[in-house]
Amino acid sequence: MLVLEKNAMTEEIELLVAKYGKNRSSLIPILQDIQRKHKHIPDFAQQEVARLLDIHPVEVFSVISFYSFLNTTPKGKYIVRLCQTISCDMQGKAAVAKAIERELGIKFGETTRDNKFTLEYANCVGMCDQGPAMIINERVYSKLTAEKAVKILNELK
Amino acid sequence: MENKKRKGPVIFSKYNTGEGVKKALSLSREDILFELRDSKLKGRGGAGFPTATKWTIVAAALAEQKYVICNADEGEPGTFKDRVLLLEYPELVFEGMVIAGYTIGATKGIVYLRGEYEYMLKSLEDYLEVMRNDNLLGKNILGKSNFDFDISIRLGSGAYVCGEETALIESLEGNRGEARNRPPYPVNTGYMGMPTVVNNVETLASIPHIVTKGGEWYRKHGTDKSTGSKLFSVSGDCDRPGVYELPWGTKISELLKLVGAKNTKAVQVGGASGVCIPKSQFERSLAYEDVATGGSIMIFNESRNMLHILKNFMEFFVEESCGQCTPCRIGNVKLLEGVEMIEKGEYKFSYINQLKELGKTMQVASKCGLGQSSPNSFISILENFKEEIFNGNGGGNGK
Repeated sequence: MLVLEKNAMTEEIELLVAKYGKNRSSLIPILQDIQRKHKHIPDFAQQEVARLLDIHPVEVFSVISFYSFLNTTPKGKYIVRLCQTISCDMQGKAAVAKAIERELGIKFGETTRDNKFTLEYANCVGMCDQGPAMIINERVYSKLTAEKAVKILNELK
Repeated sequence: MENKKRKGPVIFSKYNTGEGVKKALSLSREDILFELRDSKLKGRGGAGFPTATKWTIVAAALAEQKYVICNADEGEPGTFKDRVLLLEYPELVFEGMVIAGYTIGATKGIVYLRGEYEYMLKSLEDYLEVMRNDNLLGKNILGKSNFDFDISIRLGSGAYVCGEETALIESLEGNRGEARNRPPYPVNTGYMGMPTVVNNVETLASIPHIVTKGGEWYRKHGTDKSTGSKLFSVSGDCDRPGVYELPWGTKISELLKLVGAKNTKAVQVGGASGVCIPKSQFERSLAYEDVATGGSIMIFNESRNMLHILKNFMEFFVEESCGQCTPCRIGNVKLLEGVEMIEKGEYKFSYINQLKELGKTMQVASKCGLGQSSPNSFISILENFKEEIFNGNGGGNGK
């Protein structure tokens, strides 16, 4: 990380700490905001969050490693999470999954080379009556077919 | 608010916004607790703890600060009633929280919304703002002096276990969402070590109705031991999946008819951590005293492979176990391996029986509800569908 980038990151985290308050219970909202903006939480950001909240960096890492929506390595601009739980599975998840994999040219768990898409499975996203469903960043898409899913991805490309 | 199309005896019955809070503020705290006790309302998350008892303990506690937490970390496979309540009936949920705050003497409410529901955040924040403008939130609510209450929303980050109340509190405090030992319970030592009421979205949504219409009215619905109604999230093989409000005591066969399910082989009641009910038991009723549930109903018809379903559930638990206690961390992996052995046809009955015993050990030895209930589907599916599963075809139903 360049010094300039580091300074910008520190400034950003200082603002977040001011927004949520300097206490431990602000940790997760702060990490969520960093994650949303940078698509991951870099080492330097973890150290700065720890310093500014006055906790050990290991504590920050420990929290990040627990939650599946927080991560320390970069992900794509769009994180595609396809529901893999049984109701969606029975409504044709497998066909949608294959179509997405073919379209993006990656497997689940991978990120496209242009850092545009990360493909993941999610556990029940609460759309069981309208499956198969997927969530892309914060938006939810339901009643997917292979064709519909591919169309949605192509609109984002 | 938009036109409400849903119909039901209690939660989806007619309600005028603000009515519940207004009525509650005209009553004393004891009166509200009385109505609540009279209603015999039990927690709708699945565990079924009497809500009045929970509130009474917190109301009686002496503390500088108390909290009301709405558990909207709806993660049980097959459950989506909270999604419907939060999107279509936010007034019921939030007013339920205000009434809880008034009754127990809290000034702060927190909604723990699962990360997957982030798309609702904006509409919920907007609705809270509307309530603030209507003085249903904020200082001196509806002119009641010295009653201040406000609600904030916190997002989860994709951990199923945070639906367990102590794990949820850990997460709110900025920690890993690992369940605590209980006791002490959150009613004594909850968020920030203060007395805290943690209620399910649906429980809170029942409160404004109970306060306006009375505990006796509420008790008229349902059965003696399971009063009121329940929201059922119905998915799987049926013509009309969706959320249904039905009185407790409804038979599984009645529900199946209502949603247009045909050739049904099995019904998974209570999600992955619930039990699988075979055809022979469809006359059982949905109630705390018979088949208790948080409301997830997944319907499987004759064409479904039960072993495949079980494998899906066990994969879920292996992924979602927080890893804190050994029975759950290792146990779920062993059960999944067992399912894979059966799938390949490489199993010994003696070993499968040992795994069932392991499941029973997990039920008593796991620290929280996740590990205590994850073996339920393993045990019930292998028991109820043994002819199909152990036929040498990897559960392939003879195909």
